[in-house]
Amino acid sequence: MIGRREAGRRPEGASQSRADLRDQYHAWIRHHRLSAADSLFRVLDNPVSSVLTWLVIGIALALPVGLNVALDNVSRLSASWDSPAQISLFLQGGISVEKARQLEIELGEREDVTETQFISQEEALQEFSALSGFADVLASLEDNPLPNLVLISPADNLAGSEVAALRADLQGYPEVDQAVLDMEWLQRLNSLMELSRRLVLAVGGLLVAGVVLILGNTIRLAIESRRDEIVIVKLVGGSNAFVRRPFLYTGLWYGVGGGVVAAVLVALSLWLLREPVGNLALLYQSAFELRGLGIMGAMNLVILGGLLGLAGAWLAVTRHLAGIEPR
Amino acid sequence: MISFDRVSKRYEEGHDALREISVSIEQDELVFLTGHSGAGKSTLLRLIMLMDRPTRGQLIVDGQNLAAVGARGVPQHRRNIGVVFQNHQLLFDRPVFDNVALPLIIAGYDHREVGRRVRAALDKVGLLNRERAMPVTLSGGEQQRVGIARAVVGKPKILLADEPTGNLDPALSGEIMQLFEDFNQVGVTVLIASHDLVLISRLHHRIITLRQGRLVTGTTQ
Repeated sequence: MIGRREAGRRPEGASQSRADLRDQYHAWIRHHRLSAADSLFRVLDNPVSSVLTWLVIGIALALPVGLNVALDNVSRLSASWDSPAQISLFLQGGISVEKARQLEIELGEREDVTETQFISQEEALQEFSALSGFADVLASLEDNPLPNLVLISPADNLAGSEVAALRADLQGYPEVDQAVLDMEWLQRLNSLMELSRRLVLAVGGLLVAGVVLILGNTIRLAIESRRDEIVIVKLVGGSNAFVRRPFLYTGLWYGVGGGVVAAVLVALSLWLLREPVGNLALLYQSAFELRGLGIMGAMNLVILGGLLGLAGAWLAVTRHLAGIEPR
Repeated sequence: MISFDRVSKRYEEGHDALREISVSIEQDELVFLTGHSGAGKSTLLRLIMLMDRPTRGQLIVDGQNLAAVGARGVPQHRRNIGVVFQNHQLLFDRPVFDNVALPLIIAGYDHREVGRRVRAALDKVGLLNRERAMPVTLSGGEQQRVGIARAVVGKPKILLADEPTGNLDPALSGEIMQLFEDFNQVGVTVLIASHDLVLISRLHHRIITLRQGRLVTGTTQ
């Protein structure tokens, strides 16, 4: 064992090269294990500053992730409203009820229409006076100001643009005064959602950059505090990779811890919101329930934290480690 | 083992630390390097360690022309050389055992082999019973011996020492020098920089003297 190592020290020993490679691999694995354990020990050895670092990273990650979870819930909610889009056909004043019913049947036979409903101007007036509370005022009117109405439900498989095309087509009927697609508010909601998503993305990007910089600075301080040690290690033959490894692991542990804190914070806030949201949904006769990160989401968050930690540590070691040489 | 061929070192500020040094040190030799402070002793050691590069001339260590060793090869080169410093350069937050084990950890030995070798090295310098002690609890002489144990634990072919007895009293200095002679006996090339002429002239080894960067005596054995 010793003899082989001694022989392997010089590159001349060609027959030794395979054993040498295997030795190097084992040495590499061994040092990774050692660095990981040593870094974790150092992180846990300073509980106060480590917990503070974890909290900073956790909060910075939890903010965009939490907003994203909220947006996901809203879009799930609005998706359930998406299908029953309706087109209201307000008919011309001179059209009789018979002709209107005929039109309704004719439209009901179209392939891109699933359901039609005729509401005569009398029915409309009754409903309006019942709901609006203007019954007296409306009764005093000589003419019924409301038009006959046909409600059209487009086929389920129509895309948004096809529904819009259907509306334009229906507008072309001579009996139709105005065809109105009752989806505008939904479109507004959707564009609002899109805007919010981009905002969350931008805020998330900034916070992620912040996390990397915070970690980079934390690792830089760790490097500074171990400057003498780095010099000694380099003097007795430690390579840059050897010196770098414990700091990369330190970054990894800070990042992973921050990811765990973020996942806990998101889960905690959802747990706090669950009951009021459930009550609100009940008032709207909805079975809507908040959906959280899930196990996979939480795992991804922890992995993301770890990657950011590594990135920050990498930033710090590439900038600061090479400059520390024995003088 | 170590061969300087017309080596000069000029620092950027224009100071000539070494001028045209040609000297050769054979394997199995123990050589003292002396001269006033600023004469170039440390620079010479730094060149061997690749902490600095010569401005001119050729330096061959263990058959390897150091000009051909790139930045990536420096750590490997240093692993073949044990170094003892005047100020010990110990890790003060780790016990004696961990300090001595450092070169072995870097070279990637498994922990059983590390334990065996560290204890052998500590036994050699007489500190076997202090392996769990922290360096601050040790005397200056003991700290220096930890430094020596660390330098020899990887069984290097070359052992360099920069003023190893600088802070020690004559009795302790004698003991430290005895240790170096013991390592030399088992085939390690030893080069010791020291200005303690009284001590080193008693020991009957070749003495290389530098003055203002020039070699004055000791070119040959």
